[in-house]
Amino acid sequence: MWLNILQGTIEQGLIFGLLAMGVYLPFRILDFSDLTVEGSFPLGAAVSAVLIINGMNPFLATFIAMLTGVVAGMITGIINTKLKITGLLAGILTMTSLYSINLRIMGRSNIPLLRETTILTVIKGWGLPERYLALIVFTLIVLLIKLLLDYFLYTEIGMALRATGDSPVMIESLGGNTDHIKILGLGLANGLVALSGALACQYQGFADVGMGIGMIVIGLASVIIGEVVIRTSKICFATFGVIIGSIIYRLAIAIALQLGFAPTDLKIVTAILVILALGAPSLRNFMIQDEFAERLMERSASDAQTN
Amino acid sequence: MLKLTNLHKIFNYGKVNENYVLKDINLEVPTGDFITIIGSNGAGKSTLLNLVAGTFFPEAGTVEINGHDVTAWPVHKRAHLVGRVFQDPLQGTAAEMTIEENLSLAVKRGKGRGLRLGLNKNRRAEFKRLLALLELGLEDRLEYPVKLLSGGQRQALTLLMATMGQPQILLLDEYTAALDPKTAIQIVEITKRIVAQHKLTVLMVTHDLKQALAMGNRTVMMDRGKIILDLKGPERENITVRDLLAKFTARSGRELTDDRILLHG
Repeated sequence: MWLNILQGTIEQGLIFGLLAMGVYLPFRILDFSDLTVEGSFPLGAAVSAVLIINGMNPFLATFIAMLTGVVAGMITGIINTKLKITGLLAGILTMTSLYSINLRIMGRSNIPLLRETTILTVIKGWGLPERYLALIVFTLIVLLIKLLLDYFLYTEIGMALRATGDSPVMIESLGGNTDHIKILGLGLANGLVALSGALACQYQGFADVGMGIGMIVIGLASVIIGEVVIRTSKICFATFGVIIGSIIYRLAIAIALQLGFAPTDLKIVTAILVILALGAPSLRNFMIQDEFAERLMERSASDAQTN
Repeated sequence: MLKLTNLHKIFNYGKVNENYVLKDINLEVPTGDFITIIGSNGAGKSTLLNLVAGTFFPEAGTVEINGHDVTAWPVHKRAHLVGRVFQDPLQGTAAEMTIEENLSLAVKRGKGRGLRLGLNKNRRAEFKRLLALLELGLEDRLEYPVKLLSGGQRQALTLLMATMGQPQILLLDEYTAALDPKTAIQIVEITKRIVAQHKLTVLMVTHDLKQALAMGNRTVMMDRGKIILDLKGPERENITVRDLLAKFTARSGRELTDDRILLHG
């Protein structure tokens, strides 16, 4: 029973590891707070679900779902770079539009995929043990994507992308078109997020128009946990950390549920976790200031005594 | 060869805070000229560099580099012609990336970037050779993140990167202002070496009047958006900082004022 829960948790962690990489890329590498994620995750689910129930090969359906995510991310990038609308708002605009688009694609708010041919049922047919099917498949997919992402970030374009987040003035002065690089980076990131959504809906057996809510915070929590567990400035370790962070996050959630937290409370738990983690440096500063003020008070008190 | 013709730059045109920064600038810079630019606060020195780099576009006039009219080209499109070192040592390099990664970005100046790996054996060997020329010991630290370097080391690295990939023009915007005097001298020496080696055309903004006379072969003085003096050839030889100040007062009708200006020498 415990092993079953653990295995299911890791499987979820792997699927959401893709989402976490899609959050890591804009937030940590491009220095762009991209909220498109909340729309591109259900977009991936919606597109793959609709294509699958219409009889398309689930691999092709998943791939197309990923491409729609790429387009969504690129639209956010274009709104930001060409129309000069701030990144945060650009993401919100795309995300909001995607809510309508996702409903249009699905035609209703929920599509069940039970008894449909998904990636998992196809691979089961190849003779993998059913018990570990999802675990093996998701591990392979996530590792493959991680390695591709690592490789990409060490290529000439990938390095220009990292430099765009780090020092945009510099990469421009070296001939990099930061607008195009941003659009590309956001496209890639949301492609990963949509892939995550497509796999999530095939794994859980339904696509729901509301399944994107809170995804950005979940992704951020995973990124931050990963950074705590694996402290590094090397990309290949950092992406690994993000996946580990996602799995640890799922474990923490599973434990919280076992402890009796209501599922509906988990979002605020996650949000508080992110606030504490991101706010830690400032909180530490306050504490240092307090401590210092106390020490000053003590000193002036003792000075007064000696005088 | 750089040619600026009837350049005008106005910030916030038509608004209450309109600011006419450059007024009818004409400047011809033959290949190989090293111009130092001095002037009072708000004279338009940095704006002039920004117009050459493509950070801003002029309201009127043209910028030509090697016969190309680049007036409407954005920064990244001019990058194959123009290298730049910024005043802020943090701007010219990517802090989280390693020294070798930063250099690999500069190798591809103005060229198409592809899906090949940015680093390989040959490039690393070349970077080692180039870094050794700086004599700062950076050649042994290829894999260090740039954020671990001092301001002077970062500026030297930026200088190296700004001159990689064969740009024609080098822009130096008070690039030693943030450094301590000793490091500044070191960077200046490195600059002279690199500029001579690549036969670069240089525009350098400085607040150090002595440096303005000691470096380069030509000094341009600006005031309130105009070039008021263009010193070169015999006229510039043996001139002192005192003479320079006198000339400024004679041309502009006021004292050279700048809270950061260095009058020593």
